Amino acid sequence: MIQPTHSSRRILLPARTWFIYLSLLVAALLNLIPLGRLPGVPDWVALVLAFWCIHQPLKVGMAAAFCFGLVMDVAHAAVLGQHAFAYVLLAFFAAGWSRRVLWFPLAQQALHVLPMLLGTQLVMLLIRLATGGEFPGFAYFLSSLTATLFWYPASYLLLLPQYQPVERDETRPI
Amino acid sequence: MSATGHIGHSPPPFFKRGPAPLVRLTFFLALSLAAMVADLRFGMLEPVRAAVAALLWPLQKAVMLPVEGAGEAGTYLADLARLKKENEELRARQLAQANQLLRQAHLDHENRRLRALLDMRERLDAPAQAAEILYAARDPFSRRIVIDRGMTHGVEAGQPVIDEVGVIGQVTRVFPLTSEVTLLTDKNQAIPVQVQRNGLRAVLAGAGNGLLELKFLPANADVEPDDVLVTSGLDGIYLPGLPVARVTRIDRDNSFSFARIECAPLAGVERQGQVLVLGKRVAPPPPEDAPEQVKRSKGRKAKGNKP
Repeated sequence: MIQPTHSSRRILLPARTWFIYLSLLVAALLNLIPLGRLPGVPDWVALVLAFWCIHQPLKVGMAAAFCFGLVMDVAHAAVLGQHAFAYVLLAFFAAGWSRRVLWFPLAQQALHVLPMLLGTQLVMLLIRLATGGEFPGFAYFLSSLTATLFWYPASYLLLLPQYQPVERDETRPI
Repeated sequence: MSATGHIGHSPPPFFKRGPAPLVRLTFFLALSLAAMVADLRFGMLEPVRAAVAALLWPLQKAVMLPVEGAGEAGTYLADLARLKKENEELRARQLAQANQLLRQAHLDHENRRLRALLDMRERLDAPAQAAEILYAARDPFSRRIVIDRGMTHGVEAGQPVIDEVGVIGQVTRVFPLTSEVTLLTDKNQAIPVQVQRNGLRAVLAGAGNGLLELKFLPANADVEPDDVLVTSGLDGIYLPGLPVARVTRIDRDNSFSFARIECAPLAGVERQGQVLVLGKRVAPPPPEDAPEQVKRSKGRKAKGNKP
């Protein structure tokens, strides 16, 4: 039974695979917007990836995380494999925690997502510091915090196609 | 059991999920690690990067449209007075430069003649092409910008990039339609310079915080605040004499053998706008009596090293 959260009584339509990949693509497009070195801009791909790995761990996994990571590496002019590495780890932990996280209401779900996103950023930071990059300052971690604030609108928007009308059809046999 | 007829067959694919998550994790992490090593150590993945960049280009262009549109709307709404003032400034600057520009051809000619008289090699003139900065790359660990000239325009990795004030960096990666320029302020970027006042040569490297650092100069080196640093041209990449940076702070601590000299870039290294991609300098062929010279200079160096 697919529900918005495990404690909810609302039953959702099954998620469509094309919509999942479309949302990931849109997130990638949002990441491509040239905002320069503005701190606190969320990593949309990480957020949407975490969302789908929590809600649909069987449909989206580490393969998609790896591919979108490589695309982000090229788009951000980073080391090839840096985002891929971090996103694969994110997908693994998000899928592993999905059974637990979905028992909580949205605010507490966001609290679970925050350490995942921070961990993703930390992994990337360690990779780049080990390979001779410069330390970007602690404002770098702001983007995880803002991404967490977007958990509520993101879960609403991404689940929108799965909601079915509330009114019941009285003539239906079952 | 035998009645079901399923003995010897695989179970129905209810629980078919492929390899275990831990196996998949290990596989993909190993793959990303391999990609990182191949990219950083061996630079083998440039074709992959170029292909993905070419596929991404139309999407990036589409995403940039609203941002560009906002910028254009801003300039459209800019008041007349500002434009008029800017126009006046530009006119004044052009007039001020006219003197030099008009005599440039004459001076060039004279310089060539004098160099011929003195039996010196001709100075090389590098061709240049204008480019526009598209955006600053989002990678927070390095300082790179992307310009709108690429392989199809004949840009090659290694070309220096300047703006109207001075050097801003060097092309480090070329894609079909765009290229990445590593700025001077990047931690891994270095440029050979000399102090304009006295010709003292040194290496300038990015400090990582938007500033530059003059490296490996002794604590008593003749450098003063507000000294202008220009390229020395020793690397064979940058033309000599291009302004690079201005010294802002000098820290002469006698407990270290080198002075800590902080510099600020002259060119608008971290700004948007138009830049000039200079052609690659081709090293001139060595003169006929090169081997002798090398031998002589080596001997001198060895002597000089013995105190």
